[in-house]
Amino acid sequence: MLWRRRRRQDRELAEELELYLAQEIEDNRARGMSADDARAAARKKLGSRALAREAVYEMNSVRWLDTVWGDLKYGLRQLRLSPGFAVTAILTLALGIGANTAMFELLNALRLRSLPVERPGEIMQVVVDGGIKGWGTSDGPYDATNPLWEEIRRNQQAFSKVFAWSRSGFLYGEGVQAKIIPGVLATGGMFSTLGVKPYRGRLLSEGDDRRGCAPGPTVISYGMWQREFGGQDSAIGAKLMLNDKLFEVVGVTPPEYLGLEVGNRFDVVVPHCVQHVWGDGLEQKHVWAVIVMGRLRPGWTEEKAAQHLKAASGQWFAAVPPTGYAASGMATWQRFRLTAAPAGTGVSGLREQYERSLWLLLGITSLVLVIACANLANLMLARAASREREMAVRLAIGASRKRLLAQVLSESLLLAAAGAALGAMLAGTLSRTLLWYLGNGKDEHQLDLSSDWRVLVFTTAVALATCLLFGLAPALRSAKADVAGTIHVGARGATAGRNQFLFHRFLIAGQIAVSLVLVVGALVFVRSFHKLTTVETGIRQEGVAVHFINFVPLKVAQEARLSMQRQLLDRVRSVPGIEHASTTTHVAMGGGSWALAFRAPDLPGKDGGWSRFTWASADYFKTMGIPLKAGRDFTDRDTPTSPHVVIVNEAFVRKYYGNANAIGRQFRTTGEPGYPPTPYEIVGVAGDTKYFDLREEMPPIAYAPQTQNPRVGPWIRIVTRSSIPAEDAIAAVQRVMQAEYPSVRMGQFVLRTMVEERLVRERLLAWVSGFFGALAVVLAMIGLYGVLSYTVARRRNEIGIRLALGSERRGIVRLVMVEVAVLVAVGVAAGGALTYMARQGVGSLLFDVTPTDPEMLVAAIAVLAFIAGAGSLIPAWRAAGVNPVVALRAE
Amino acid sequence: MARKKQSDGSGDMLAGTLDMMILKTLLAAPAHGHTIAHAIEKSSDEVLQVEHGSLYPALYKLENKGWIASFWGTSENNRRAKYYRITPDGRKQLSNERSRWESLVRAVGQVLGPVED
Repeated sequence: MLWRRRRRQDRELAEELELYLAQEIEDNRARGMSADDARAAARKKLGSRALAREAVYEMNSVRWLDTVWGDLKYGLRQLRLSPGFAVTAILTLALGIGANTAMFELLNALRLRSLPVERPGEIMQVVVDGGIKGWGTSDGPYDATNPLWEEIRRNQQAFSKVFAWSRSGFLYGEGVQAKIIPGVLATGGMFSTLGVKPYRGRLLSEGDDRRGCAPGPTVISYGMWQREFGGQDSAIGAKLMLNDKLFEVVGVTPPEYLGLEVGNRFDVVVPHCVQHVWGDGLEQKHVWAVIVMGRLRPGWTEEKAAQHLKAASGQWFAAVPPTGYAASGMATWQRFRLTAAPAGTGVSGLREQYERSLWLLLGITSLVLVIACANLANLMLARAASREREMAVRLAIGASRKRLLAQVLSESLLLAAAGAALGAMLAGTLSRTLLWYLGNGKDEHQLDLSSDWRVLVFTTAVALATCLLFGLAPALRSAKADVAGTIHVGARGATAGRNQFLFHRFLIAGQIAVSLVLVVGALVFVRSFHKLTTVETGIRQEGVAVHFINFVPLKVAQEARLSMQRQLLDRVRSVPGIEHASTTTHVAMGGGSWALAFRAPDLPGKDGGWSRFTWASADYFKTMGIPLKAGRDFTDRDTPTSPHVVIVNEAFVRKYYGNANAIGRQFRTTGEPGYPPTPYEIVGVAGDTKYFDLREEMPPIAYAPQTQNPRVGPWIRIVTRSSIPAEDAIAAVQRVMQAEYPSVRMGQFVLRTMVEERLVRERLLAWVSGFFGALAVVLAMIGLYGVLSYTVARRRNEIGIRLALGSERRGIVRLVMVEVAVLVAVGVAAGGALTYMARQGVGSLLFDVTPTDPEMLVAAIAVLAFIAGAGSLIPAWRAAGVNPVVALRAE
Repeated sequence: MARKKQSDGSGDMLAGTLDMMILKTLLAAPAHGHTIAHAIEKSSDEVLQVEHGSLYPALYKLENKGWIASFWGTSENNRRAKYYRITPDGRKQLSNERSRWESLVRAVGQVLGPVED
């Protein structure tokens, strides 16, 4: 509206002014002036017509908006004049901002975002104060046994409502098509406590969760509803076969509700009480089985709830003591206390595993962005310098410094905005790719990565910060132009002053410093990853496959399980291509752990200790390629009724017997539920292996024969070594099993692949830090090259004079190279200090490498020095090639 | 900014007085810019010089405020010219301004007192 009126009035005014002029001339002529005098006098009286028009124009404008718009248009025009620069700048910024935003999106989804439940701030988790520290049995992040949960539910005061849940895989469907889907077992109060509303049908309520309940209602996730039922309403009432029991779908959870465990999806929610049909897990007093959560009573705070739980939980633990433990184990149990922790952002294994890495990656990407900004600042400075005369002239004819500053900054703002927009688009793809990568290329993890206000604020803040970082210095520089000096110098031509390049040099040294941090980081992470992949595991992993066979459907009686296991093992062993096969209760480096404490009267200096335990059959050592150093392997003569024997590894011997011969020694395990105290005799010594993961030291391990395992389940884990590739062995075993035991369920994997997949965090850090380290180096080189080319060009006169006065060309090259050497030295010194400061952040993420490893530091410095040399060679050579006559005549 | 001061609208004249004089001039008959300037200069015995740098912004401001209206007509020497006329609102404004001005003059006169030679 305003601008339309503005344009019309401007047009009209021009016409009016013409008329005024004509009238005035006529009047003057009427007074007897000559034509020329009349016109001149009229003009004089009118003064500047442009000023009048401007006054009216401004009257109709929102002034600052108009100015900003004008500046932006001007900036756009300037950028269009140098498209190469604009494109490079925008792409660099897009990559930098995109990478930062991607990391932030992941962190936001994993750490900051609240669950989509009512007033998430009130949701607390009941946890064991100080953690359970490996006590008892657990297969998840659980803090309560089921009997303890019932004590909590009965006696707690802190929460208006409480509920317990656990995660569980369910076998969905029947026969060959059956597959494992992720699910949740929840007590009836879960949805009402959280305030989650059904998307279709109804959700589970207290009425569905009665002790001893039969399989019946189940709730499915929105994702499952879409996938399996095509989002049809007919899904309500549909029957689902879960773990061989029939359930009925009663409702669907809303799409934004991805469960309480951030990062891991769920497909079904089944009432907690149903578990008794699959086993006696609910009655176990030593099995950590559930996560307990509650909504704070009105007026209660986290501290008050924590105090209440700490004070009252001693009684609850005492009320449900596990049986079968030795006195020391029970003492630990009695010392356990509960406390409260905020759970409004859900629980997450993914978070614990990756949060530190993600913060670190955010740090790395932000450093890269800083380097990119320094580069841009240098480029902009060079551009500003070439426009110095223009600026000086504009200042001289009355432009205000503020306006010039705004104009140059608006150019930076345009670049930053374009970079941020492009980066935001890039970020979505990047974060999704990263999540997929963390899941080893499977859709294991599910996060709500949609942008929210935090992401928006973050990206905007980053864009503004970058804009100021690279735009402010050049803008200030332009606005500060020394009018007389510049116009004068520009006209005459001379050497550029030393101070003029000081800021460029500062930026370059800074870039080198930050690059050093990134290069050291990259080297350290790559080295750490390399060390992990090549670390001695004690196991020959090639050709080893693991086959987990669940024969529950065969309904084998307890007494016959051992012979069934034997039968399956023999069948697997006879598959063509299989060289060795053995059972084992534990897959080395698979992340599981089973440890038992023992007492022994003849240990030097102590009366007992603890060891990892694995029950395996004969040939285990041959299958895994572990050397048997002394004694014998298990044989058929080791039966359930013969004396109990173990083979220990060398670490066990070293730790407990020193240099003495361990064969024939005896110890007695202390009791745990299901594992009564048992005397063992050591009959063999095996080579050391990793047990839990690759990072740990070789721990003491005791191997006992599977025939003497006190708990034989209706399943078996078989490891095979094959002459054919492990993948083919898996297929062969699967074919045989499907043909002969069609109802058993199998899970199979290649040992090597499993070990590699467990290194995903290390691999991620190595890749990303490597990539950004390389990028940093390239950016630093480009920056150095740019600045040197520019300074050389500006010093052409000086160099020409030097050459004319007899300086050798070698001397000119030296002149440039010395400058570079000083820059690198300053940068490296600063970078070394930075690296030293940054070391704490990464230490725990590394394996067998320290972040300030001198070797790495030297390597990084060498890389940077080489790159600096390469980047400065061409400008130096160009400087030496200056023709003094041409250079001096050019003035 | 330096430029802004020049184009404030009132030039050397007291703020608001030009507006008042334009309205007064238009009270007699509609006129175009040149005539208005002339009329003011004439009736002030050439004491007040109206620069168009002040005149036209003032005219547009008055028009935007609705105190005067414009129409296109033909000038004395047969050129297309933009004529201005005063609106009822403008008349009201003029009488307001006038009384305000008179009280101001009275007040200033009292402060200065009788002329002493």
